[in-house]
Order: sequence, then structure tokens, then C-alpha cells
Amino acid sequence: MIRVSVDHAPIDIGTELAGVEETGAGAVASFTGIVRGDDGVTCLELEHYPGMTESALCDLAEQALARWSLLSAVIVHRVGPMTPGDRVVFIATAASHRQAALEACAYLIDRLKTDAPFWKREQRGEAASWVDARPGDHQAAARWTAQSAPD
Amino acid sequence: MKLLYFAWVRERIGAGEEQVDPPEAVRTVADLAEWLRGRSAGHDEALADLTKLRAAVDQRFVPLDTPLGAAKEVALFPPVTGG
Repeated sequence: MIRVSVDHAPIDIGTELAGVEETGAGAVASFTGIVRGDDGVTCLELEHYPGMTESALCDLAEQALARWSLLSAVIVHRVGPMTPGDRVVFIATAASHRQAALEACAYLIDRLKTDAPFWKREQRGEAASWVDARPGDHQAAARWTAQSAPD
Repeated sequence: MKLLYFAWVRERIGAGEEQVDPPEAVRTVADLAEWLRGRSAGHDEALADLTKLRAAVDQRFVPLDTPLGAAKEVALFPPVTGG
């Protein structure tokens, strides 16, 4: 089962996790990305490419399902204005055993950072700036292509 | 051809989308960006440095040297920063 959602609404982790657990998996892994306020950010705005975003996330979920034995992959990304403490992204993977769930969850967030059309704009008081891509994100995504698939 | 712009590319151009009919000499995405620079000062500023631009053709990420072919929708934007 694949579920992809791109929405302005706050992310309800309880509902998302309950849905994943209903797949009958023995192992569920999840990642939650949260807006940091530690460097003076007062508002974070997420822009995206409607239509392409959803298909890019579905592609990533399908690649994860092809690579690991998963019962479920869920990717939920919030867009629009957010404040520190808000959830930006939630990923959950379900499998029979923990290794596939944990690896696929890490794979999805690493690939999402470089392979899905989102852009962050930070507001610090009156000043706004677009966030620059981090080279480390490409290295994190590249480690999954450097490895051969486990199967 | 429908063009879409995102993030600071959109802000500098001053529009999120526009329709264009590029001449035949415009063969690749990079050619398109170069040709678009002549449309306004905002286009020129947004598209001057190709190393800061990324692109999608018909909603697929592509390198800038990709031929446009029969592309219906081309998007130009900065490197992505989601997650």
C-alpha cells in the first residue's frame, strides 16, 4: 500500500501510524521532520510543484517497494506557512521485520530531500530568504544509488 | 509551451507561469533559459546563472542540456529543499 499526501493541513501522526499498523506488519518505522526555531526562524513556508510533487513522491514510494519487502509506504508532506514545532514531513514504512522498515524509511527521507520539488522559505522577523540546498543532502541520497539492492 | 517558475526564480521573474513559443533555434532547456533572459530584466536576473537552476520537462527532473523535443510543460527553479 502506498499513500502520498501533500496538504496545507497539519500532519496527524496518530492517524497515519494507525493506518500503517493496520497492514498487519511486524515492524513499522517512521520519520518526522519538524520546523526548527533554533536560529531565529519565525515562519517556514513550503512551496511545491502541484502535480509533479505527488507523482515524484509516488515514484519514490514505488522504488522503495521494489527494493525492500514492504507492506506499506506512507509519505505526507505539509506545504504553506508553518511555525517552529510544526511537522513538515512524515514518512512511515511497514514490513514483516525491522531491517526493511528502517532502511526503507531512511531511503525515503534521503531521496525526498533531493528528488521532490519542494522549496523552503524562511522568515526571521521581517526578513525572508529562500533556503539553499545542502551538499550533504546529495551525499545522503547518493549513498542509496552507490549500494546494490539487497535482493 | 507552458512555463512554470518556482521559489526565487518565480519571484525574480514576477510570475509563476507563462505561455511562450520559442524559435526553432531553442533546442535544449539551457537554450530556453538563455532565450527567456531577453524577455524582461526580471527574467535576465533570474536565469543568468545556469549553475543555480534546475529544470523539469513535463513534470520530470532533467539536466539542463536535455532537448525540449515536444515538451508541453517546462519548469525552471532553484535546487529543491524539501523534507
